[in-house]
Formats: sequence, structure tokens, C-alpha cells
Amino acid sequence: MNLIMANLSTTAKITWCPGCPNSAILVAFRQTIEELVKAGEIKLENVVVCAGIGCHGKITDYVNLNSFTSLHGRALPAMTGMKCANRKLMVVGFSGDGDSFAEGIGHLVHAARRNSDIKVFIHVNQVFALTTGQATPLSPKGYKSKSTPFGSIEEPFTPLPMLLESGATFLARSYANDIANTKKIMLEAIRHKGFAFVEIIQPCITFFDTRDYFKDRLEAVPDNFPAQDINAAREFLSKATTKTPVGIFYNVVKPTYEDELWA
Amino acid sequence: MTNVFTIGIGGAAGDGTGEAGYTLGGLLAELGYEVFVSLANPSLIRGGHNYTRVSFSRDKVWCDHTKLDVLIALNEKSVTLHKSELNQDAIVLADSFELTDLVELGDQAIVLPITSSAKEVKAPMVARNSVAIGALCAYFGLDFDIMQRILQNVFKDKKPEINIKLANIGFEFFKKLGRTHPKKLGPDQSEKELKELIDGNTAFARGLLAAGLNFYVAYPMTPSSSILHYLAGQQKNYPELKVIQPENELAAINMALGMSYAGKRVAIGSATGGFTLMLEAFSFAGGAELPLVVAVSQRQAPATGAPTFSSQTDLQMVIHAGHGEFPRVIIAPGDATEAYLAGANALNLAWKYQLPAVVLMDKIVSEHPATNLIPTDKIEIETGKLATETGESYGRYEITADGISPLAFPGTPKTVVKVTSYEHDEAGITTEEPTEIKAMIEKRFTKAETLAGELEHQETIKIYGDKQADAVIVFWGSTKGPVLEAVKYLKRPAKLVQIVWVEPFDVKRVFAALTSAKKIINVECNHNAQMAALIREKTGLEVSANILKYDSRPFDPLELADKINELNHG
Repeated sequence: MNLIMANLSTTAKITWCPGCPNSAILVAFRQTIEELVKAGEIKLENVVVCAGIGCHGKITDYVNLNSFTSLHGRALPAMTGMKCANRKLMVVGFSGDGDSFAEGIGHLVHAARRNSDIKVFIHVNQVFALTTGQATPLSPKGYKSKSTPFGSIEEPFTPLPMLLESGATFLARSYANDIANTKKIMLEAIRHKGFAFVEIIQPCITFFDTRDYFKDRLEAVPDNFPAQDINAAREFLSKATTKTPVGIFYNVVKPTYEDELWA
Repeated sequence: MTNVFTIGIGGAAGDGTGEAGYTLGGLLAELGYEVFVSLANPSLIRGGHNYTRVSFSRDKVWCDHTKLDVLIALNEKSVTLHKSELNQDAIVLADSFELTDLVELGDQAIVLPITSSAKEVKAPMVARNSVAIGALCAYFGLDFDIMQRILQNVFKDKKPEINIKLANIGFEFFKKLGRTHPKKLGPDQSEKELKELIDGNTAFARGLLAAGLNFYVAYPMTPSSSILHYLAGQQKNYPELKVIQPENELAAINMALGMSYAGKRVAIGSATGGFTLMLEAFSFAGGAELPLVVAVSQRQAPATGAPTFSSQTDLQMVIHAGHGEFPRVIIAPGDATEAYLAGANALNLAWKYQLPAVVLMDKIVSEHPATNLIPTDKIEIETGKLATETGESYGRYEITADGISPLAFPGTPKTVVKVTSYEHDEAGITTEEPTEIKAMIEKRFTKAETLAGELEHQETIKIYGDKQADAVIVFWGSTKGPVLEAVKYLKRPAKLVQIVWVEPFDVKRVFAALTSAKKIINVECNHNAQMAALIREKTGLEVSANILKYDSRPFDPLELADKINELNHG
């Protein structure tokens, strides 16, 4: 087991801020791949790790796996492209909220609409961290940054309901520093055949530290939650609450884009 | 006078003038004539005047002429707009409507029961042009049985019975008038191979297929869309071909790069406007060495421009497309045959040298059908340098003597294939080390040197006309048509130099072709003489004169000949 772990890392020096929850996401992901390979569910050579540009995007350098580091906002179409080209590939992508909800939002909703068989893990830190903390479309109204010194005047998106209505067939949320739960969700996302969207709350400890904010707000989705029921998911995700639910909210099987393409 | 005959077909949008042009062109091609069809479907004139022109001759017709021998007018506007273009003995075949302009034309005008016949036999209105085509066949003395036989072929994919019925009505009606043209249409008696009527987009797409295309990804944009349409239809004949229309141009190119990374031969296409949206990813293809073919078809610009009309305004833009410095191939075919070869060649070169290869066309090359003999020789599929040794030591960007790294794809056991838009080391890991950055840039430009070795084996330039002449006419892309057609009417001999490869530029050959000329006349359809600038940059040679046209319409060959004659008077 340790041997596989060693093989999954590279010589690249990790340049995330010390203590950044991105490292926790990396650990959860390595453990996920390790478990899936060990169980014979996937072959290591068929895994492709994709990313856009942003702090999240450094992850491709830190895993000794096939990888495709795309342009800012453009990972998703490339992921669909490689899945169309070779359906044996397990195409897993990391993105950020700037990457996928600002620059690449068109690709995100269309990939969901197609039910492209790709797995998208979004590092949601609600800032453009790599460019020093500007507001993203997920920053709260009033968020102050170098580009919004008097506070952002825009309302943020609510990603999960948006992705549900766009056609995603797997929706989940996890908290980066809860490695065990993130891993559990990553396992299910990868096992899901179809478009899987996972929002990973990843507080930016340098520009927008929300660790205290989320401390008492996280709440696991009920054990008996009917994730096959779109109405239940719709109602649950749009419900006004002071809590931030984590877990799997929606998980249904529909024909994938790539299978339809080659049918 | 020329031995080229030209027929204009005018009508409102939806009257099927384009279809009629294809039908007539197809019929003439089957009779062994050389044909050039031009299609003008403007959206500028209220009511939408559509206009198609068919020029034909026994000799090669490189482009259509403006002056008409016959005008088929489906509405009054067609007569008003085109009566000034009629040759002295021209006739006008008009639908049965009362027109002041028609009266003015006197005997030149002949009223045909076009719409009424279509109504009578309950044919769809779009088919009514067939009445005029039948009349035209009678005018040119074509044998009735031959017309019927050939129309069976021409209409084989779309309701032959009703169209032939209408053509017969037109034929019989016109025959009774007893008017015939001194020229007689008939099948070619020589042994030469029958050419096909084909446009550059279709030919380009066939070139891609011949070179083993797996995917075509495109967002529609005139004048590139017919590549998408043609290849979409071909999916039934090519089980390994898939055609995708994604949400926008950025998705198209980035999807294509994912396919290329996974080892599939992929092409994308757009008009230059769509291509400009793709440029960041185009640069990614160059830096990450992802094989990719891009069809770029120019139209009138800037911005949305006059979308259905033509220009050659994007040469410099495409040469410099994408940020950063990286090798690329740009081939600019001047007709459908060259577009076919360019398509096949671009796909092979993209893989051989792991880079983006552009086929630069324009509205005329893309959409105007002409008789061509598309080569049927088998195209060898070049996969490039595939990795024979994979495993733990594999590095996607291994530095090699020729600058080309062995290619492996994800899915290869024990092998990690890392591709990135960041500058990278040999393993494909991000680097910011100056020595590694420099080494990787030098690797890509070592590859460019290897690619330059390709030039002598390629038809980078083409020379026509009088090779000893002291005057040289230089041109590129679709301007080939008007120049080669105009040459038939030049008073003094000229050597004609067509630049086919614009990147890498064949400095040696272009210099040799131009340097001894007393006069270099550059002909292109733009305002800034972009090819003249490129020639100056690459060879240090200055052209003596430019003939430029930028009113969105191509050159008329006779007008161009006059202009060249003025400049080349000895």
C-alpha cells in the first residue's frame, strides 16, 4: 500500500501555502486512486488527471499519473474530448470556482447537459487565489478584495442547484479538510457512470479564510436521503438553511454522451 | 470575346438559385466541360437577392466571368441588377412576369413559363429553375435524350422525376421558339477523364478522411460550415469517424486537444472570426506539441463583416496567431484539388511534427464549386514518431536530436503521459527554471528546423505561365483562379508564382522565383498587400506594384487582365 502511495507522488515541489486544504484534497485523491486500483476497479494507466489554471491546477504536477493541465477554464471540453477518444480512460478533473464558474462556466453547464462521463472536482475557495484574491462568481456579496475594494456588488451563483438543472447525474459536496469523507465521495463520484460534480469546500487560508465560518455549519446529508429522486434533491438543495450540507445529493444513471456518440 | 460562356441565375432568397447553379454545373461537368460556379447569397439587399454564376468552356475555367451570355431571371430585381452585365448577344430567360426592364431588352428577353409550369405539375417552387435549365439546353442545342440521361445523374439524390419533368417543359417550350445559339452543347468526344464538380471545403474534408481522420469538431460559421455538414454526413461511411458540434469555438479546439492527447487524429474548422476565439488554445497546441489540424476560411472582415462574401485579409493574422513563439504549418490552397491535398498533408504533418497545421482558405476556395480531378492515389497515413520504449522512464517531452519527442498516449501500461499548458520539463512537469525553459523552447525550434527540411519535398510554390518572362505575377489562395484565368487575355507574357506554403515560408524558392524579375506584380484581395509584406519580410524583395481588391467580391478575370496589361506594358 505504501509502495503505491510512493509511486503516486512526483519530484515536483509542492508550492501551495503551508496548511492549504488543497493538500488535503491531494491526499484524499491519492487514497481514492490507490483504493480503486487495489480493488481492481480501475487500471492506473487509464487514469487521466486534468486541471484548469488556478491553485487547484497544481495538483497535476503532484500525482504521478497521466495528466492534462489545460488552459484557464478549458479543462472540461478537453476532458470530454479524451473520453470520446478513448472510453477506457477514467477522466478526472480538478477545477476551481474561478476556473469553472467564471472563465469556463459555459463548458461546465454543457458538459453537465451532455452527461459527459467525466468527474469534476471543484476546489471552492470563493476567490481567485493564484492571482491574489480577487472576487469570483462564488464570492459572497460584499466580499472585499483588490478588485472589489468597496465590496463586491454581485450575488454569487448557487452551484449545486445550477448543476442539477443543467443535467448533472451525480452531485455532492465535501469539506477539504475532512479527508475521509472527501475520499468517500470521490470514490462514489468515480464509480458513477456519467457527469459527476463535486463541490469541495477549500477555504483559502491566505485570502479568504472561511475555516471558522464552516466549522459549525457543516452537516452530513441524512443517511436515508433519496439521492435517486430529482425532486428531493431539488428541494433539499434549494432549501434556505443556516447549515451547509455535505454528502451525495443526487446520483442517477442516464446514457452518457460518449456512449451515445459511439452507439 | 472569350471561349468561356457564362450563365447568371438571379432570384430571391429561397428561389434555389444556388441549387440551380449546382444542377447546371453538374450537367455541364457530366458533358465534359470545365465549369466554375460562384454563389453570391447576400443579406445586404432588402428582399435578399441571390445570384449564382456558371462559367464553362472546353478549356480549364479557373474562375467565373462577370459578363453574361444568358441571364436566368426569377424576379424583376435580377433583370434590373444584371442587365448591364449582358454580352452583346446575350439572352434573358425571365419568369412570366411583366417587367419594364424586360420590354426595354426587346428580343433579348424571352419569357418562360417557369412558375406557372411548376404550379401546373405541382412541383415545389424551389425546383422551378429546372424549367429554365431545360430551356437553356434547347438554346444550346443539346440533344433531348442526352439532357434527360444526364439530369438523371445530376438529380439522383433529389427527386429526379419532377425536376426532369420541368426541364422537359422548358426544353419543349424553348424549342418551339426556334432560337438557337451558334454554340452547340454536347458530350466531350475526347478520351480525357471526366472531372467532378467540387468545392474546396468538400475536397479538404475528403483529404482529411484520406489521411485517417478520427474526429472533426466545429461550431458553425460561414464559410467553413460545409466542412462540418459534409463530414457529419460521412459518419455513416466511416465507422471510425465522429463529428461533434460543441457549444462554441473554445470548446471545439479544447475538445480537439483532449482527443489529440488521447491519440486520435482530429481537425477543427471555422471562419477566421471563430479561429480568433480559439487562439489561446492554438498556442497551447503549439507549446504542448499536440497534433491538430485547423481549417480557417476567410470572409470579409473585420468583425462580423459581410459574412457571406470573401477576402484574403487574414494571412498575417494566421501566421502570427497565438501568443508566444512556436512552430506551425500553414498551407493556403487555391482550389479544390489543392484543398484536398492540403487537408491530407496537414493531418500527416501535424502528427509527424506534433504541431498545429492550418489550412487557410477563403469563401471562394471553400464554397465555389469547379471541375477538378481530385487525386485518387492512396494517401499514406503518417503517425509520426510513436514511442517504442515506454515505461517508468518515459517523458512526453524528451529532448531529441531532431526536436521530436516520441509520442505515447494515456492508457499505456506503466507509462505516465503528462501534457500541460505550462512551460515544462521533459517529463511534462511545470518548470520556471530558466535553463529548462530555454531548453524546451530550443527543442521546439529544433523541431522547426527539422520541419524546414520538409519544404524541398513539398509543393510550397507553384509556377505557371511563361517561365522566362521578365514580369512576374505573384498571388496566393483563391486569387489563383482569377490570375490563371486572366492570363488567357494578357498582352505580354508573364511568369505566375503561386505561394502555397505561407508557414514555414520557402524563402529559397520564392527568392529564386522572383529575384530576376524586372517587374513583380502582387495580386491579392485585401487592402494592405499582406503577401507583399510577407515576401519583403522573408526575402527582402519589394514588389513593383500591387493589384488589390477589397470590396468583398473576387476579381473578374477580364478586369484583372486589363489591370495587369496596364502595368505590364513593356
